[in-house]
Amino acid sequence: MTTPAPEPGTVAAPAREPVVEMAGITVEFPGVRALDGVDLRLFPGEVHALMGENGAGKSTLIKALTGVNPVAAGEILVAGEPRRFTGPADAREHGISTVYQEVNLCENLTVAENIMLGSEPRRLGGLDWRSMRRQAREHLARMGLRIDPASSLGSHSLAVQQLVAICRATVVDARVLILDEPTSSLDTDEVAQLFRVVRSLRDDGVAILFVSHFLDQVYEIADRMTVLRNGRLVAERRTAELPQRELVSMMIGRSMELLEEVDRAHDAAPERPADAVPYLQAVGLGRRGSVEPFDLELYEGEVVGLAGLLGSGRTELARLLYGADRADVGETRVKGTATRLRSPRTALAHDVVYLSEDRKGEGVVGDLTVRENMILGLQAARGWMRPLPRRQVDEIVEKYIKALGIRPANPEALLKNLSGGNQQKVLLARWLATAPRLLLLDEPTRGIDVGAKAEIMKLVAELAADGMSVVFISAELEEVLRLSHRIAVMRDRRKVAEIDGGQDVGTDDVIELIASGGEAR
Amino acid sequence: MDVAIAQRPVRLDRRYLPVVGTLVVLGLMLTVGGTRYDNFLSPAVLSNLLINNAHLLVLAVGMTFVILTGGIDLSVGAVLALSSVVTASLLQAGWPAAVVLPLAVLVGSVIGLAMGVMVHVFGVQPFVATLAGMFFARGLCFLIAPESIPIRDEAFVSLASLSLYSGPWRVTAGVLVALVVVALAWWVLHLTQLGRTVYAIGGSEQSALLMGLHVARTKVLVYVISGTCAGIAGLQFAMFSRSGYALTGVAMELDAIAAVVIGGTLLTGGTGFVLGSALGVLVLGLIQTIITFEGTLSSWWTKIVIGVLLLVFVVLQRALSLRKT
Amino acid sequence: MSARVGTVVKHHLFWPLAALVALLVACTIKRPAFLRVSVLDDHLFGAPIDILRNSAPLLLVALGMTLVIATRGIDLSVGAVVAIAGAVALTFIASSPDPDSLGTVVGAIFVALGLCLVLGVWNGFLVSVLGIQPIIATLILMTAGRGIAMLITGGMITTVNSPPFKTLGSGFWLGLPVAALVAYGVFVVVAVVVRRTALGMLLEAVGINPAASRLSGVRARTLVWTVYAASGLFAGLAGLIFASNTMAADANNAGLFIELDAILAVVIGGTALSGGKFNLSGTLAGVLVITTLSLTVTVLGVSPLVTPLFKALVVIAVTLLQSPALRARLRRRRPGSPAPRVEQPAENPAQEVHA
Repeated sequence: MTTPAPEPGTVAAPAREPVVEMAGITVEFPGVRALDGVDLRLFPGEVHALMGENGAGKSTLIKALTGVNPVAAGEILVAGEPRRFTGPADAREHGISTVYQEVNLCENLTVAENIMLGSEPRRLGGLDWRSMRRQAREHLARMGLRIDPASSLGSHSLAVQQLVAICRATVVDARVLILDEPTSSLDTDEVAQLFRVVRSLRDDGVAILFVSHFLDQVYEIADRMTVLRNGRLVAERRTAELPQRELVSMMIGRSMELLEEVDRAHDAAPERPADAVPYLQAVGLGRRGSVEPFDLELYEGEVVGLAGLLGSGRTELARLLYGADRADVGETRVKGTATRLRSPRTALAHDVVYLSEDRKGEGVVGDLTVRENMILGLQAARGWMRPLPRRQVDEIVEKYIKALGIRPANPEALLKNLSGGNQQKVLLARWLATAPRLLLLDEPTRGIDVGAKAEIMKLVAELAADGMSVVFISAELEEVLRLSHRIAVMRDRRKVAEIDGGQDVGTDDVIELIASGGEAR
Repeated sequence: MDVAIAQRPVRLDRRYLPVVGTLVVLGLMLTVGGTRYDNFLSPAVLSNLLINNAHLLVLAVGMTFVILTGGIDLSVGAVLALSSVVTASLLQAGWPAAVVLPLAVLVGSVIGLAMGVMVHVFGVQPFVATLAGMFFARGLCFLIAPESIPIRDEAFVSLASLSLYSGPWRVTAGVLVALVVVALAWWVLHLTQLGRTVYAIGGSEQSALLMGLHVARTKVLVYVISGTCAGIAGLQFAMFSRSGYALTGVAMELDAIAAVVIGGTLLTGGTGFVLGSALGVLVLGLIQTIITFEGTLSSWWTKIVIGVLLLVFVVLQRALSLRKT
Repeated sequence: MSARVGTVVKHHLFWPLAALVALLVACTIKRPAFLRVSVLDDHLFGAPIDILRNSAPLLLVALGMTLVIATRGIDLSVGAVVAIAGAVALTFIASSPDPDSLGTVVGAIFVALGLCLVLGVWNGFLVSVLGIQPIIATLILMTAGRGIAMLITGGMITTVNSPPFKTLGSGFWLGLPVAALVAYGVFVVVAVVVRRTALGMLLEAVGINPAASRLSGVRARTLVWTVYAASGLFAGLAGLIFASNTMAADANNAGLFIELDAILAVVIGGTALSGGKFNLSGTLAGVLVITTLSLTVTVLGVSPLVTPLFKALVVIAVTLLQSPALRARLRRRRPGSPAPRVEQPAENPAQEVHA
């Protein structure tokens, strides 16, 4: 691949030669091609946004660059030289630093160590703690961060930890700085502060690769964008030449059409009789440091969407309803009867089930088979002494493999070997097999491919139509809007509004509610 | 605009709390012992406390390194025995002490290296790898010498009987070695990149890797350090007992682990101090001393008291870590 | 290597059984009559019967250990519990007016097993309720336990003479040693219960992913608590067999290192210490390997004191052969074999070990 001829008179691209040039990158995992012939160019003095949905291959591409994921095919040029890094340390030595989505620092070490280790000042053959603290303080000050370098990292908020991680990346003479969703846990002020740092680094000639889900932020900071979808390159454009609408359609692509089908299920909104008793009702339910007290009524046959940003308390609310965390105030009523849901087992006994957002950590039992995973919920409810009869197990498993289109259709496959979407379907089957009345779905569509996404959403709509009560949580507002009959809006660990869903409610309305904290309507 | 963070109240950093706990227990024991028994706080008794526990001090230092990375080393008692047996049998065979001493230490290092490679390269759990190391070293002891071998080598004996007096205080070569090892360990853990990498691995191995620290090298090295410490401790024990015997140090790894835990180091790795472990050894030694002074108490109370102390410390640490989250 | 041989070699029982066969072959070469079983006084005699009988206590302890390890735990205290069980039973019998009566012996057994169950429950409490790491939680009893045993025996090696109690360790029934019948009986019952009910699957679920299990409504805490209690109980039974074998309660040496042997047996049997999937058949094979190994060492004329060395070699060999890292290395070096699988995505190189 050759470098395109420099356009004369380009203002925002001061340097002509890309500092990083990846071409035809292909990455394969067992059974999955995660990246297929993707190109990426990073120019010095530019902020480059890497865009795409969950599962589009953004993280994989970053890991391919830094040598975490092995590259099956393709070429990586750094400053014109072909390179294959052996890992982040190697990449860092060649001027490519990465700040990851989860803070990858050591909480048990001090802030100073987290910033300086690897390039620490020495004295008499040992670490020079005093200079280390001083230098760390200087680096922090440059970012406008005034914290004690001698304090342990774990004593600071996630946002501060994130900034410390970026500070660490700037200590070495980074030519390329990769920021993988650095803003997901930051508030507005902190984002502004981060952007100031990013801009000053850019002006120093650093090439910055920026990954974020927040479109506004991307348009605010990025000079250029690369869009990925399903492991393939869609386009590389200058930000100024790419309207938001076009970007979104590039990112979402096919799923828009597939989602159309869901609308039909949604149109049939249930007629609720005036004297209907909610299946589950939360009255002033809350937990200190988790969710402020809220009221919520969940009726049968209704999908209630929870909208809000990451960390707005969506998950925490669902966990309280399920008894996964214990509420310290308020009460829950099942069909009008006050019932304390103290643990998942009590919730299950009342036919309430919860599909966790953390599929890997709280859902998948990887070393068990598809069959065992599917019947786990049902079997747990029966207790260990009364195993499900084999015939019944086979019936359940066969039914759900077929109904949900689980691939491979092999009940004896270990769940860890299935793709994310199929794992999610198995977990759904685990709950559906228990014949629940209330389904709490926390990000059921996260990180799975578009086809499976649409299938799951269709299923949810159908279940509600059959009389099940559903709580649907998703970061994708589109999805929440399409599925929900009612939408509870969350912000800052508080339920700030509740609106009826329907055709006339758009994403802008909900965004407005989130932004204003519920005072718009 | 600055992000103002005022999260650090002016009080004791909670990282030091467990060690302070150990210090309090130690002080309490000294006070109780001092008031209950005559001569308890005499220089002779306190000197002996160090002399009798010098080898355990060195073992606990090595163990601290391993535990800080989140591992464990069950082999140290057996390696200690092996080192003492190798020393005694080679000296008996007429080898010069100047050759034998480094060789005995090296035996420990090599076994440590083998275990480190098993753990890191082959992904064997530390528990299993060091268990194999323990059986290996113990079996080797018996293969070399099933019986106790007395040490009569002049150079060695004169080194072993070396005592420095400062008034009524007495310090043996073994104690000096232990103090040097503790100081060296403190220096490595707190003032070198290796030491900080040990902590980083215990905090989060993945993060340490992504931070570009030398995780592989360090993970192997901590077992080498622990093995080396066990080798040194074997020499100390040989000096102390003037013999090498295959059955020495049985279950001594438990004492070392107990000392480290009582010293405030978490078995999950990442938090703890080598000086805490040294305090832990002194606490264990004092329990023994108090029970000896008590006279009427049978020796098995030592074990029970250590168990109870372990329980108290572990439950307190658990409560502390729960309050944090 | 043909595909079928490949599957056989990959089976979790292959290496432990291969080790067992190798040991037996070595013994038979040295002593051709090694495997012969003869009938004497209506009893079966011979090395295989010895192996069965000698393996009884270890089998019981390893059985409990397997279940504990399946839940991501470990029980270091079993050796101490073995000592306590012997101390309690023999002290009970020695202090009774009629050591020969069956009633006394049954009473002693009940008291000893009851106490051991309590000790197991204690371990389970520390682990499942207080959330203390299993290794340290059981280390407490491991340290204090022998002290408690000595407290019970008063520091003496208590010896008694009680024929009914002696039967447990050295008696025969239907021509077979009672100790073996008891241990293998318990083993079979537990194995059947675990696999015929949903217990095995639920234990594995808890071991593989405790958080997911809890959210799925599995009584994770109760299950974990139960396995520690069971481990204590089985260790107690093993302690009784030990004590009955020697008719002496040696608080210092009874069951010394049996926790380590048990863990070895579990590991040799292919159950990973990281929890989850477990197989009792593997544990049985591991127990037989370790017991046979001790016998082989004597048959080969090596001092039994050197046995640990051979144990170490077996463990190193078996764990390395089971190590995925070594397998991957060997595969890479062999050009004729099928292409190496693409490396797993290294998203989480530092898999958490202890939750």
